[in-house]
Amino acid sequence: MSSTAGAAGRSGIAPAGPRPGSRWARRIRYYLPAVLVFAGGIIGWEVAVTALGLKGFVLPRPSAIVSALIENLNSPRFGLLPSARATLIEALGGLAIGTTTGVVVALATARWATARGVLLPVAVAANAVPIIAFAPILNNWFGLENPLAKMMMAAVLVFFPVMANVTRGLVQVDPAALELMRSTAASEWQILRKVRIPNALPYFFTAMKLATTLSLIGAIVGEYFGGASLVLGRIIVQSSSALRFDITWAAILLAAVTGIVFYLAVVALERVVIPWHASMRATETA
Amino acid sequence: MTSATAARGPLGRAEISSADGRGRRRSVVTYLLVLAIIFVVWEGIKFLGGVPWREPGAAPGSPVLWNPPFRWPIANDLKLPHVWTILLSFGEPWQPAVSSENLGQYLLGAALYTWREAAIGFVLGALLGLALATIFVHVRLLERALVPYVIASQTIPIIALAPLIVFAVGQGIFAVVIIATYLTFFPVTIAMIRGLRSVDPRAIELMRSYAASRTEIYWKVRLPASLPYLFTALKISATASIVGAIIGEDTGGIQQGLGRVITTFNQYYATGPEKLWAAIIVASLLGVAFFLVIRAAEIAVLRGRPGAAAG
Amino acid sequence: MTSEQSKTAVDGGPVVRLSGVDKVFSRGGQPVTTALEGIDLTIARGEFVSLIGPSGCGKSSLLRLFGDLVAPTRGEVIVNGKPADHARRDRDYGMVFQAPVLFEWRTVEDNVKLPLEILGRSARDRAARAREMLDLVELGEFAKHYPYQLSGGMQQRVAIARALSFEPAILLMDEPFGALDEMTRERMNSEVLRIWERTGTTIVFVTHSIPEAVFLSSRVVVMSARPGRITDVVTIDLPRPRGEETRESPRYFELVTAVREGLRAGGGLETDEPGLASPERTLAEGAVG
Repeated sequence: MSSTAGAAGRSGIAPAGPRPGSRWARRIRYYLPAVLVFAGGIIGWEVAVTALGLKGFVLPRPSAIVSALIENLNSPRFGLLPSARATLIEALGGLAIGTTTGVVVALATARWATARGVLLPVAVAANAVPIIAFAPILNNWFGLENPLAKMMMAAVLVFFPVMANVTRGLVQVDPAALELMRSTAASEWQILRKVRIPNALPYFFTAMKLATTLSLIGAIVGEYFGGASLVLGRIIVQSSSALRFDITWAAILLAAVTGIVFYLAVVALERVVIPWHASMRATETA
Repeated sequence: MTSATAARGPLGRAEISSADGRGRRRSVVTYLLVLAIIFVVWEGIKFLGGVPWREPGAAPGSPVLWNPPFRWPIANDLKLPHVWTILLSFGEPWQPAVSSENLGQYLLGAALYTWREAAIGFVLGALLGLALATIFVHVRLLERALVPYVIASQTIPIIALAPLIVFAVGQGIFAVVIIATYLTFFPVTIAMIRGLRSVDPRAIELMRSYAASRTEIYWKVRLPASLPYLFTALKISATASIVGAIIGEDTGGIQQGLGRVITTFNQYYATGPEKLWAAIIVASLLGVAFFLVIRAAEIAVLRGRPGAAAG
Repeated sequence: MTSEQSKTAVDGGPVVRLSGVDKVFSRGGQPVTTALEGIDLTIARGEFVSLIGPSGCGKSSLLRLFGDLVAPTRGEVIVNGKPADHARRDRDYGMVFQAPVLFEWRTVEDNVKLPLEILGRSARDRAARAREMLDLVELGEFAKHYPYQLSGGMQQRVAIARALSFEPAILLMDEPFGALDEMTRERMNSEVLRIWERTGTTIVFVTHSIPEAVFLSSRVVVMSARPGRITDVVTIDLPRPRGEETRESPRYFELVTAVREGLRAGGGLETDEPGLASPERTLAEGAVG
């Protein structure tokens, strides 16, 4: 065939991207304020608590929180590490259940207009309902000590944004793209695979970023209404009622760090899966 | 809340579904249909795998109306009470020994109480979110310095912070309002950063050509352009503020609100599961009602804008 | 290039034949707009026909009738010797829209391959055709780029390569250069002529621009609005190959005038001077950029 000496494989004319050196410098300059605020905040907090002689009750010094964290990683009463692990498993289980059902229902919804007519209003209504109120019911259904109860709480919280977002991504396709596909007499299945699903991927990742946080919140809310003792939600309740606020904060810190790591994992996955998307390009040039 | 919604394609085109009376009537029908489906599935499960059906409120020894062929643990009267049992409980006194007030009145009072807390938190949170977004949009340095922490703040489950807030400010309505505010401000901040930036840059150039000040540009261009974003966020925040109030009441020692009612009825679930269900239904309705209030405000404010019909 | 037998079967005859076609758009069972009325048109194989007319004259609807993306209310549309829906299922035509409609998740090369995937061609065939087509539009070295890395004119060339990738008998182009600046547009016009001369594909081209229509076409079909009717057909007898000197020849100006008068006679010359886009379109473009 008519080849022009492998020119097609060479990406010599890349878009004017930032040079590597300046890119790092720029990135550091970009994140510097946030880092400074963090460092300043921690130091200020530490100094304020010490200098003003505040009773380290509600707001213990950061150093006290860190030492509480280290001391109680495996303590019998407030074992933070096994608790975090148990909570994370609940959250992950819920995330898996909620995401899978959400995507499956979205595919059905996008395929059949009747299903869309019934399910989208439900999703809208469900958004307005304080779903956490259902946590006691789920605990009653699956048993207080059963991790499945917490997983279901997380799954319900995850389900609606995933389902609503993915449906939107599958349905809101550029009409011209559909015309193009029709002009080549593509089948519905081909349109789904080649247009709708790729189009829905950015929406899916948006939902997943929300879902990571929601799954953790769901698990902890479920625990809050009762459950096994070595989970983050119970640690928080018990340590604060024992006025051990350093441990409460350590547990909160652990929950927050888990949530952030969880979130960043999805962001990393997103960069790998949809490098072409505009949101990915924006972070490069920001 | 029309279902077909505005599909905004990449070409900036908006296809708007009919928001006229016909569309609205159809969506009401849809919701009734959905409720009917839930009812049929619910009672269908009990029909197949529940415990023997008796007349509502009848004593255990009364005649059996229907004996389901299976006995599924999930479908017994404790885990899944009959829909009519739940509905009838609204009309019965909830504490027969103490007062004649029926459950419906009691829950309505609790819901209004919770709504008041939520509404205060909602207003404060919306104002806080708006203020933060305005600052962030105008001072990029602050945006870079603080927005990561605004986002991180939401990875902490409010339920974890609630005991600390209550301990810091003492039990009472103030603590509950803070918790509701905390849940409300976030969606507004994030949406308004986008909304205030959503202005067509040419419109700002136009304003600059009139030598308009930043304040004038804000009030005449940025804020009006951001209103659709604001309402999208407020609808999320409305529910979030109710969640915050329910959680806050429990730890905040508020006796009169729905949060405490849910906890109490949860403790007595074994003797009256329908009461917990009734409380949850009321909490759900409260969320939906607050949402609809904001939605109505949205329709009124955004009347005539393209895409305003979308829910 | 190997051409499939089915596509050469009706060689010599008209590629598109419309007789007595009406198109009425209705909402809720009630007729709302008569987009097209009494359209009779025959396009021969290898022709380059432009459809020109004011906004709302139904020229885009007419193009979509050829492509079976819209069904006529009355009359018949014969494409390549068969009803339009058969022609669509036989993949007898390629489409190019005003927006490039490239899929942002696919590289340039993969965008060109898309119709070939739908047609179930082998991977080797797809790669070869994509290479060939990209060389045809002179974008061979951008094969691995993503659409966003290309300028508007380059994106539209990719769209053309994609439309031609499966060797359709007809290329339908709906204001393909309407969103480009005047200079890019002129360059793209020469490009399209070059491709047309090399491939011999029949091209139907919808445009707003009189100079563009005259420069490109063998015939210009002039339409009027509300209801959309064909008011005039101007045969363009400018010599080929056409180039910069064509745009400066006296005959060119005569023909531009002839088309303009045809438009005026149909009452369609208010805003449709070249480069004077309607305000709503400017807004839509602004929303994209």
